[in-house]
Amino acid sequence: MTQSLVAIEGLSAISTRDGGAPVLRDVSLTLEKGEVRGLVGESGAGKSTIAKALLGILPSTVKVTGGFIRFEGRDLLAMPRRELSDLMGREITLIPQDPQTALNPARRIEAQLTDGLRLKLGMGKAAAHERALQLLDEVQIRNPERVLAAYPHELSGGMRQRILIASAFALNPKLVVADEPTTALDVTVQKEILRLIRRMQEAHGTAVIFVTHDLGVVAKICDRVTLLYAGKVIEDGATAGMLTAPKHIYTSALIAAGPRYDRPNAGLEPVPEAVFRQLRAEIGIAERRV
Amino acid sequence: MSDLLFEARGVEVTYGQSKGLFGHGRPGVRVLHGVDLAIRRGETVGIVGESGSGKTTLGRALLKLVPVSGGAIRFDGQDITNLSADAMRPLRRRMQMIFQDPMASLNPRHSIRQILTEPLILHGLATDRRDAERQVRAILDRVSLPPVTLDRAPHELSGGQRQRIGIARAVLMKPDFVLADEVVSGLDVSTQAQVLNILKALSQEMGLAMAFISHDLSVIRAVCDRVTVMRFGEVVEEGPCETVFDAPQSHYTRLLLDAIPLPEIDDGWLTRPAPSLENAA
Repeated sequence: MTQSLVAIEGLSAISTRDGGAPVLRDVSLTLEKGEVRGLVGESGAGKSTIAKALLGILPSTVKVTGGFIRFEGRDLLAMPRRELSDLMGREITLIPQDPQTALNPARRIEAQLTDGLRLKLGMGKAAAHERALQLLDEVQIRNPERVLAAYPHELSGGMRQRILIASAFALNPKLVVADEPTTALDVTVQKEILRLIRRMQEAHGTAVIFVTHDLGVVAKICDRVTLLYAGKVIEDGATAGMLTAPKHIYTSALIAAGPRYDRPNAGLEPVPEAVFRQLRAEIGIAERRV
Repeated sequence: MSDLLFEARGVEVTYGQSKGLFGHGRPGVRVLHGVDLAIRRGETVGIVGESGSGKTTLGRALLKLVPVSGGAIRFDGQDITNLSADAMRPLRRRMQMIFQDPMASLNPRHSIRQILTEPLILHGLATDRRDAERQVRAILDRVSLPPVTLDRAPHELSGGQRQRIGIARAVLMKPDFVLADEVVSGLDVSTQAQVLNILKALSQEMGLAMAFISHDLSVIRAVCDRVTVMRFGEVVEEGPCETVFDAPQSHYTRLLLDAIPLPEIDDGWLTRPAPSLENAA
């Protein structure tokens, strides 16, 4: 069998702030080259923690207590800092959640988009400019020269998110981590951004970890999906299978909880307390106090 | 008695307008361009739109929380467009609000007991503290929260619990009308369903009229009788939910519906071109 691009094995972590409460419990998952893998779950599920661990940006309050993250066979958690910083931003990049805060308000788009090209690839100013124009064209920005000269506040949220996508794919990374990249956007813009991420991913043959709380978004963009609850993998598999024939009762309960505009009489069934009790029992969490 | 509770006609709202000392004022930015809206007693009307559509401003204009620069607003037969703050006061109890972030609207230093009982006493809706406590316990039960919640501070509750306190506080005032602005946007789906079910059941039991503002058409469909679709400060389409959702007339409504990712596999969805916006009504 060929090696997976990413293999997370038995990853466990605790929060040092919250009295050592577990935030990841023995998480294992693999990501193959060129696939889009969803990490889905409600708040506190640990989906963002996994994303941060992949990017090497776990907050100081989270401590890994066991397990490995292998990227092309190399253990990211044991990698020397220099090697890691060489990898990050080049082979592993991020599309952040909030396009409003991810760009530096005081620098023009050109400077921010060409940083990586110049520092990591050693391109000259003119070459980086040309490449930046190409990238903006690739993410369907119409007047790239004007946008390159602009400051972030002069652009709409959707436009900024396009720039961040261009920037994430600029160095032809092997893995892009997309952390709730459409949560802050209007639905019509969300659809354009999803389409764009899928197109860029296919064109560059990049693997994507897509963090979201929205099963609808999962259905539209992910090949495979991992559902988490309280830091534990609850269900994992092909997206179509999980949506049409969920194996875990929590998965089907989540699907039934979401309202649907096309089915006014379905949905909106709160996840029964019994399901949470079962989850806590399976995971081994003490019953919560009210 | 007319069956209309709220009626807005040609409502205009302009932000940032100033008169200036010698008539050199700033013209301001008009965010509502003559909006009509009617809400019958006991009816839940959804107001939906993307950012900048004016949906939140419209809700605030109804309650006169922002100055209205044109048009007229009637509440229960009375023209309230130019009512002074003093004249509005007796009507305020009858119009309540539930906000997106209940944390921002609950005093962090007060216990839930204080937050819920004090308005009852202030508005003379309870004869004494004991009566207030009795009413509060009844409503807590109605929103599925245990009595111990009363001794908690807002920050000790989860988002869903806080939102249920927000609902309890609004309905304790026995209002005729509730403005609910993005009340489930910050919640997980499992919590969202519970909050929406409670809101829906209470509005039916109490005969409440509601303006339910949301960016989420699926949520709107689940709780509303009618829906008003807004874009750029204008009403694009309005009607009973069945009509608007099953046979949308406006191009923009179709565009919005098409953009919602449903949790089912549809391989063509991503690549299928959206209905063109150029011809949007």
